[in-house]
Amino acid sequence: MLNSQPVSEAEETVQVSGRLSRIRVRRGIRGIPWTPVVILLLFLVCGIFGNFITPHDPMKTNLGAAKAPPFWQQGGSTKYLLGTDAFGRDILSRIIRGAGISLQVGFAVVIFAGALGAVIALLTGYLGGWVDAVLMRITDMFLSMPYLMIAIALAAVLGPSKNNIILIMAILGWAGYARVLRGEVLRIKGADFIKLAIVARAGNVRIMLRHIFPNIVNTLVVLATLQLGIVIIMESSLSFLGLGVPPPEPAWGSMVADGRVLMFSSWWVSTWPGIAILLVVLSCNLLGDWLRVRMDPKFRQL
Amino acid sequence: MGISVIVFFLSHLSGDPALLMASPDAKPEDIEALRITLGLNKPLHVQFWMFISKAVRGDFGQSIRWGKPCLEVWLIRFPNTLLLGGAAMAFTLVVGIPTGILSAVTAGRWFDNFGKAFALAGQSMPVFWVGLMLMLVFSVALRLLPTSGMGTWQHLIMPSFTLGWYFTAAITRLSRSAMLDILDSEYIKMARIKGVPEFLVILKHGFRNAMIPVVTLAALNVVTLLNGTVITETVFNWPGIGRLIVDSIFARDYPMVQTCVLIASGLFIFTNLFVDILYAYIDPRIKYQ
Repeated sequence: MLNSQPVSEAEETVQVSGRLSRIRVRRGIRGIPWTPVVILLLFLVCGIFGNFITPHDPMKTNLGAAKAPPFWQQGGSTKYLLGTDAFGRDILSRIIRGAGISLQVGFAVVIFAGALGAVIALLTGYLGGWVDAVLMRITDMFLSMPYLMIAIALAAVLGPSKNNIILIMAILGWAGYARVLRGEVLRIKGADFIKLAIVARAGNVRIMLRHIFPNIVNTLVVLATLQLGIVIIMESSLSFLGLGVPPPEPAWGSMVADGRVLMFSSWWVSTWPGIAILLVVLSCNLLGDWLRVRMDPKFRQL
Repeated sequence: MGISVIVFFLSHLSGDPALLMASPDAKPEDIEALRITLGLNKPLHVQFWMFISKAVRGDFGQSIRWGKPCLEVWLIRFPNTLLLGGAAMAFTLVVGIPTGILSAVTAGRWFDNFGKAFALAGQSMPVFWVGLMLMLVFSVALRLLPTSGMGTWQHLIMPSFTLGWYFTAAITRLSRSAMLDILDSEYIKMARIKGVPEFLVILKHGFRNAMIPVVTLAALNVVTLLNGTVITETVFNWPGIGRLIVDSIFARDYPMVQTCVLIASGLFIFTNLFVDILYAYIDPRIKYQ
């Protein structure tokens, strides 16, 4: 009597022992967390093709339609699906355009900070000695700084602009990558294939690039995904304070700030951008967590 | 240390402080005289040294905006921030830890899913938005709580909730994973075999050991609360250090900004050091290294 159901290749359940047995882990294609991926892709599309899919021009003011509520409330129309702000600009269009800004800043910072962090990690981990000592001191110094406060101070001094905040956040952010990746590099350094490479008289740079680096890419990707969410929150916080991407560019943070004065009359102006931020960051976190568990289930709290 | 240097030099890059401090109709000679008094004509590193040496003696200079010694202005507002931070921490510990533990204990069931969702969502929301949404619900729609300022306990609820929100989510996650680890370990199984009631097992053996990493990691992250105060105080108009920094920056009040950053960094480093020592003390295993 056959009492086992055929389990498809794509959906294999692994029974974990003990208290965790109630949690089932799914592996294979079906295991990809589609929700965050789809959300992120959606925002990515908004970011890249934003200019073509906005129902209205995000910058165009139309005082006649100012402060219109979302279409399901009285006074709203389907022309402005999510309502308009104090200047009559369509919120939905601004959110779509804002996606481009947030993602641009996010990716730029993550790439720069990640690259710098990876290089530092490779150097300190592999070369050791005084290079390690000096660079790690610097890294620790950067790690112990109150991130947001310094960012605010620097942003105020340098003036609000997209490039400035990318620079600031990258400069403040690389230390986190460096610390974690250095650990990975140290772990790999002791492996046999590295020793073989050294015996084969491979140069230092070659070893670092061709042998060590491909093995830390996994961790780097996980870190980057999680950091993307953090950077987006930072950028929106700076914009909220007026120190980030300057108006009239529709950065989500500044949109929330705009809606602050309208709180008692027009709740939608602040709410929707915040929800956008929430969705993107949540997706980043979900995706990052899934990647982390997938890459190495023993990989605990970062 | 390094931070003060960076801020100091950068702040001088963006404008001549003497021009700002002098009244609008001062003559060029007066501005020059002011410059000399402030020592702005000396090379930058000399200025920095002057600042530091005076600071160590407690003289942080005059705030441009307030016309009073910077330190005085800072000291007035610091207790407010402490109050806010304390309330937020209390909220975090009272809500975060039990949620995390319960989540671990009921792993896989609905409470766990709720706890995980809560922790994840909490870490994905920007602080200022949480604050504004709270305001929207409780002040605008329900008209229960005041929107800003300081005073009664009602004023304290929303800001401390906002400030503690992110941290609570983080602690929930931490507690949960620490507890999960502990619950699978050998001595827990031993306690169960001995016949100790489940409730006691969780409380006495599990909880206490799970708390070690949680408390130390939490203490290490306390200073990130400082980051949150900047935003929270701005949103709720809470008269504390965070808002002081933001206001001073916008008013181009350099002495004040320098003072704040210097003290804040100092506190930061001091707290980290303190926690490192505490960590070594609490965890006996470290002592033997």
